Amino acid sequence: MIKQFRGILKIAFKLLVNDKSKFIALLVGITFAVFLMIMMMSMFSGMLARSAAPVFNIGAKIWVMDPAVNNATSSIPMPDYVLSNAKSINGVKYAVPIYFGNALVKLKSGAYQAVNVVGLDDATLFGRPELIAGKIEDIYAENAFFVVKDSEFRKLESPSIGAQFEINDHRGVIVGVAKVASSGLFGVPTLYTTRHRAITYIPTTRFTTSFVLIEPKRESDIPFIQKQIKKLGYQALTKAEFVEKISDFYTYQTGMGMNVLMMTAISFIVGLSISGQTFYTFILENLERFGALKAIGAKSHELISMILFQASFTALLGYGLGVGLASGLMMLARLRLPSYASQVTYTNLTFAFVMVLIIAGVSSYIGVRKVLQIQPFDIFRG
Amino acid sequence: MGKVAIKANGLVKWFGEGDTKTTAVKSVSFEANFGELLYIVGPSGSGKTTLLSMISGVLKPNEGSVIVEGNDIWKMKSDEIADLRLNKIGFVFQDYHLFPRLTTVENVAIPLILKKMDWDESLSISLDYLEIVGLQNRAQLQPFKLSGGEQQRVAIARAIAGHPDILILDEPTASLDGDTGRKIVEFVKTKILNADRCVIIVTHDSRIYEYADSIMKMEDGKVIGFERNSVNII
Ligand SMILES: Nc1ncnc2c1ncn2[C@@H]1O[C@H](COP(=O)(O)OP(=O)(O)OP(=O)(O)O)[C@@H](O)[C@H]1O
Ligand SMILES: [Mg+2]
Repeated sequence: MIKQFRGILKIAFKLLVNDKSKFIALLVGITFAVFLMIMMMSMFSGMLARSAAPVFNIGAKIWVMDPAVNNATSSIPMPDYVLSNAKSINGVKYAVPIYFGNALVKLKSGAYQAVNVVGLDDATLFGRPELIAGKIEDIYAENAFFVVKDSEFRKLESPSIGAQFEINDHRGVIVGVAKVASSGLFGVPTLYTTRHRAITYIPTTRFTTSFVLIEPKRESDIPFIQKQIKKLGYQALTKAEFVEKISDFYTYQTGMGMNVLMMTAISFIVGLSISGQTFYTFILENLERFGALKAIGAKSHELISMILFQASFTALLGYGLGVGLASGLMMLARLRLPSYASQVTYTNLTFAFVMVLIIAGVSSYIGVRKVLQIQPFDIFRG
Repeated sequence: MGKVAIKANGLVKWFGEGDTKTTAVKSVSFEANFGELLYIVGPSGSGKTTLLSMISGVLKPNEGSVIVEGNDIWKMKSDEIADLRLNKIGFVFQDYHLFPRLTTVENVAIPLILKKMDWDESLSISLDYLEIVGLQNRAQLQPFKLSGGEQQRVAIARAIAGHPDILILDEPTASLDGDTGRKIVEFVKTKILNADRCVIIVTHDSRIYEYADSIMKMEDGKVIGFERNSVNII
């Protein structure tokens, strides 16, 4: 089959590639569209992944929250009975509170810096980070904090153990440096301390439990636990469900998703029109050649295969160039900006690929229609 | 005189409807034989190209039939007609229709490639045909770099590369000077035509009439004269 078509595909290839200016215009159109689509979507995926960073970092299996919460960093504190009730649900191995807050830190240089503060349950330290320096018990020492060595670490002037600072006019000291799985979205450094110290140092509302974290005895206990929490008027989400809720929030309720969708659609339309238009001109200019081939004895399916080949060859090459360009730029950006959030996912790649296939499909459809219409008789008459 | 290559019976072709209807070909019948160089001559608009298109399976007649080597072509499916054109008929179009993006030798190879011959093999055969028309040293040039006469010869090489039984040339000398035109036709007559081939040339160039074996004269869509083996009918 392929062998049978090889000769005419080679002709198709030469007709396409030897028309350098048009071929380049086609490639630029598709490359540009793919590049823009990948950049937009990668930026968005990067942001989504980061927006759920606390959920990944804490690592609890079940999160109990006010149903109105849609984001780990802006929680609605819950009364204490939620915790005590959660503890007594059948199938709960243990349930602990966790506190998320924000504070202002005055650094040694005198500069102020906003920070996220995570207050771990004093008894269990559940959700504690993995330390790369210091000992976990030191968190109980006076004024002790762990600092997270993420991309925002530098904003605290890269403190090491023993470094001192002021937090809301209290003294603070670094006793450990923590590794982090995933950086947050807002470019703010993170400190860990005990929940007790956190709520003493940071002005709080009446309730001080941001989330209740639950470890179930068995996976199969999860639905029952969720039902019981729901009876309290609160919501218990698994890690995956919470991550999805956060993504949905950013995608559908913040305009971010809509904007990305629009930009992606515009990139697609721009790409489609540039390449579709150029391909159409290419076909029009070669119409006579296709007519001559027809007159000499080429069959319709051979002409169609030529056009499909030309369209898909350009599309695939443009796709490759676009993906390469986007990844290259992101790699470069990441070298310069450690906290650069964009990430290329398989979903993004697949999506852009499907879009490119649509561009190729539409272009070849127009081309094929045109070529099938042409009468070899018109070639005869010149 | 050889066997019949093409037989046309009562061919009629009109274009348009109602007021704009023009009948380009009005009941034309004739035979062209192997070993024969047949001219179709006549004034502009007399229906020559239309007739040529119908006998070569490119334009479907409104009435009448065309028999090519025993096949009633307008009863065949379009892919079968395409195959017949590819295998039995070689064309030299009036304005050559060479492919500017391909080299000269690749242009000549097109019918072979359409016949699914291997790329390298078709190029090497095409080189032989370029040699026949005396252009082997132009093989790697793009055709628009050649002179008009050279392009015409490339078009002829392409038409004969597929080894057709029937060769059709529409106004082969129209855009050439008299000398070049004569040389081309002389070349066709002496090098291309043989007992197993039929060559049909459409022209209104009286300078080349002397090479014809037969001349069919058309006017206003009708045949008004048919002479075999005559050089002085006009
Ligand atoms: N597609 C078409 N639509 C309408 N009229 C047509 C069409 N093709 C040809 N005709 C008409 O048919 C007639 C014959 O045309 P044709 O091209 O066959 O003439 P010709 O003898 O080849 O002329 P020339 O020597 O100028 O090439 C002309 O009047 C032409 O206008
Ligand atoms: Mg004509």
